[in-house]
Amino acid sequence: MGAKTAVAPPDQGTGIRAAAGKERKRPGRRRDDRKAAWLFLAPALVGFALFYAYPTVRGVYYSLTDYNMLAPPNFVGAENYTQLIGDEQFWNALKVTAYYVVLNIGSQTVLALLLATLMHRLTRSVALRAMLLVPWLVPNVTVGLLWMWLLDANLGFVNHVLEALGLGTSGFFTSPDLAMPTIAAVNTWAYTGYTALLLYAGMLQVPQHLYESASLDGAGEWRMFHRITLPLLRPVLALVLVVSLIGSFQIFDTIAVTTKGGPVGATRVIYYYIYEQAFAQFHMGYASAVAVILALVLGVLTAVQMRLLRASRSDLA
Amino acid sequence: MTRTLTRARTSTAADAPHTRRAATGSHGRVRTRRKLSPGRIAAWAVLLFALAATLFPFYWMIRTALTPASDLYYDSTGFVPEHPTMINFLRVLGLTSQEEAVAAGGSGAQVDFLRYLLNSVVYSGLIASLQTLFCAMAGYAFARLRFPGRDALFGVLIAALMVPPIFTLLPNFVLVKNLGWLNTFAGMVAPSVLMTPFAVFFLRQFFLSIPREVEEAAVLDGVGAWGIFWRVVLPMSRGPLITIGLTTTVWAWKDYLWPLLTGRDEETRVLTVALGVFQQQSPNTQPDWTGIMAGSTLSVLPVLVLLILLGRRLVESLNFSGIK
Repeated sequence: MGAKTAVAPPDQGTGIRAAAGKERKRPGRRRDDRKAAWLFLAPALVGFALFYAYPTVRGVYYSLTDYNMLAPPNFVGAENYTQLIGDEQFWNALKVTAYYVVLNIGSQTVLALLLATLMHRLTRSVALRAMLLVPWLVPNVTVGLLWMWLLDANLGFVNHVLEALGLGTSGFFTSPDLAMPTIAAVNTWAYTGYTALLLYAGMLQVPQHLYESASLDGAGEWRMFHRITLPLLRPVLALVLVVSLIGSFQIFDTIAVTTKGGPVGATRVIYYYIYEQAFAQFHMGYASAVAVILALVLGVLTAVQMRLLRASRSDLA
Repeated sequence: MTRTLTRARTSTAADAPHTRRAATGSHGRVRTRRKLSPGRIAAWAVLLFALAATLFPFYWMIRTALTPASDLYYDSTGFVPEHPTMINFLRVLGLTSQEEAVAAGGSGAQVDFLRYLLNSVVYSGLIASLQTLFCAMAGYAFARLRFPGRDALFGVLIAALMVPPIFTLLPNFVLVKNLGWLNTFAGMVAPSVLMTPFAVFFLRQFFLSIPREVEEAAVLDGVGAWGIFWRVVLPMSRGPLITIGLTTTVWAWKDYLWPLLTGRDEETRVLTVALGVFQQQSPNTQPDWTGIMAGSTLSVLPVLVLLILLGRRLVESLNFSGIK
C-alpha cells in the first residue's frame, strides 16, 4: 500500500505525459507492441516471479509453520509469533540492533557532513573523492578482518599506539561493553566516505552564487554552513539518513567475521539472530517469523524513503 | 512530471551538468582561494587527516602481508617490515608446497586464492552484466513499448523494493537447495541475475528522458523494437548502463551471506567466503594474520584497478539518486 502511494504519482505522471505526447503526434495510428514487450520483459518477469514474489509468499507461509528444512512444514498458526513475544534473545537482538544503528548512524552522519562540507568549500578533486571511497568498495568481510588485526589485543597497531601513549590496551572485540561500539566505529570508518560523497553531490546542487553573495556580505564559513548549506541540503540529508538507516539495520557481514554475535550476545543483531535460527538451529519457521518483523520495520522505513525521494525532488530539482 | 524527467537526466547522465557546475564553481572561487587563512589551513588539515585515517589501514594490511609470520612478534610496529617477503601471497595463492606454507605460518589446509579470485570475478561479472542487460530490456519496455497493464505491472515490480533481502533469502535458499543448485554458479547467481527492481526503475527513468524523435527516425527506416533497442537506445545509454553495471559489480564483489550459504564448496567459493573460512582454519591460538592480510589484499586489488580505470565515472555516479 505504501509502495503504491509512494511510487504511483511520478509513474502516472510520466505515463500520462508519454501517452499524451504520442496521441498528439499521430492521432490516427495506435501502436501496440504487445509481442515485443513480452520478449523484452520475459527475463525480468521470470526473475521477479521466482525470486521476489514467490519467496515473499513462501516466507510468510514458513513463518506460520514449524519448518526445519528436513521434514515438510506443518502449519502451526501464529505459534511462532506468540513465542517471539516471550523470547528474550529476540528482544535482546532488537535492543542490540537499535544500539548499533544509533551509534553508527550518529557518528557516520556527523563525520560525513563535516567531510562533505570541507570538500565542498575547499576542492573539487576527483582523486580525493575516489580515495575516500576506497573503504566502501572493499568487502565488509575484508574490513572486519582488517580491523580485527589492527585492534588485535597483542600485536595490533592500535594497541601499540595506545601503549605508547601510556593508555591500557584492550581486546576491543572481546569485551561485552566495547564490542558493539567497536563494530559501529569500524563500519563508520567503512561508510563515512561514501556517505560524504552522497552529501557532497547534494551540496553541488546548491547554487554557487548564494555563497558568493554571502561572502560579499561578510558572512563567515560557519554562518554560510548554517544559513545556506544545511537548510538547502535538508531533503538530501533526510534521504541519505533513511538510506543509511535501512542499510544499518541489516548489519551482518562485519559481525559474522568478527564477534559472531558474542561476547554473550552483546552483538547478536537481528540479522545475525535470523541467520543463527535458520542455518545453525534449522528453525526455518521461527527465523521466517523474525524476518517478517524485520521486513515490517524496514518496509515502514522504505515507505518513508519513497516520500522523502519525492520531497527532495520538489525541493531541489 | 517534468521534474521527474529532469531529475532522471541529471542523475543518470550524472556528469554533464555536474562537472560543468563544479568547473565554474572552482573558477569562480579562484580569487578567494588565494587567501590562506588559518581557518582554511585547519580545514585542509582535518580533510587530510580524514584521508590518512581512511587509507592507513590499507597500508598496514599490505605491510603485514609482506612480513614473515615468524617476525610478527617483534616486528609489528615499524612502518616497513624488516625482512619483506612475498611468501604470504605465494602460499595463499596455492603456489607453494604444503610444508612451505606451514613453515610460513599457514594451517596446512588447502588454500587457493587464485581460484577464489576467479570465482569472485565470475560471480560479480555474471551478475553485473546479465542483470544490467535484462533490467535495461525491462526498463525499455516500461518506458517505451505499449501494452495493456503496463503501469500496473511496473508498480508491482517496484513494490519489491520494499521487501528486504533477508526476507526473500530464506525461501530462496530453500528453493535453490530443492533445485539441487547448491554449490553451483547457477544457484548462486539465479536470484540476482534476472532483475533487481532498482535497476529497472533507474534505467526506465533514463529511457524516458531520451527524445522520442531519435527512435521515430529509426521506426520510419523500418527497424523493429528489438533493433531500435540494440542499435539506437543502448549506445545512447552508455553512461547510466555503466553506472548500474559498476554499482552492481561492487555490490556482488562485496556479497557475503548468499554465497556463504549457496557456494561454500572449493569450486564455487568466492573471495569473501574464502576469507571467512581461511580465518577459521588458522592454527594455534594466534590467527594467521600475515596470511589473512595477504588474502585481504587480494580482495582489495581488483577493486583498486576498477577505481583507477573508472574512478571518475564511479565517483560522479554517486548522486543521491544513485543510491542502492
